[in-house]
Amino acid sequence: MSHELSAAVLWLAQLLLGLAMAFALYRLLRGPRAHDRVLALDTLYVDAMLLVLAHGIAAGTALYFEAALVIGMLGFVSTTALAKFLLRGEVIE
Amino acid sequence: MSTAAAVLVLAGALLAFIGSLGLVRMRSFYERVHPPTMGTTLGTGLILIGSMLYFSALESRPVLHEILIGVFMTLSTPVTYMLLVRAALHRERQDRGS
Repeated sequence: MSHELSAAVLWLAQLLLGLAMAFALYRLLRGPRAHDRVLALDTLYVDAMLLVLAHGIAAGTALYFEAALVIGMLGFVSTTALAKFLLRGEVIE
Repeated sequence: MSTAAAVLVLAGALLAFIGSLGLVRMRSFYERVHPPTMGTTLGTGLILIGSMLYFSALESRPVLHEILIGVFMTLSTPVTYMLLVRAALHRERQDRGS
């Protein structure tokens, strides 16, 4: 009984994270200026990382943890590179 | 134990959801920088604690490697947001100048 309840709660959490990704995607497509889009991309990365973590908990394997770690690191690097590009016009000076 | 972990994950997902909703609802860029930090700080923290609880109960030994993501997010989020807001300020000043 408790197992079914926690499975339903985890399903609801994944639904919420998917909706959060949809909102971030809306801002990414809509955003009036480039820095709005970069902010939306960063939020999209974080939400995707949390969704992978939640899916790993629901699936019961620790394999998804590594995927979440890689998504987090790539999100940091890409957002920093994009912000640097907006600031200077080039990424590596 | 698994129900407690699921409730923690749900709370974290709710925080991330509200943060993304704020990203859509807020009007100016400087207002929009604030809401996603809910998801990146407390949301990530709650989901990681839930994951630690769940896998510690599942494997009946302490599983702590989620701390790695927590430390990394805590260090990286302020850096990216400071760079991004600095870039936005720079671009607005450039617009006003020309």
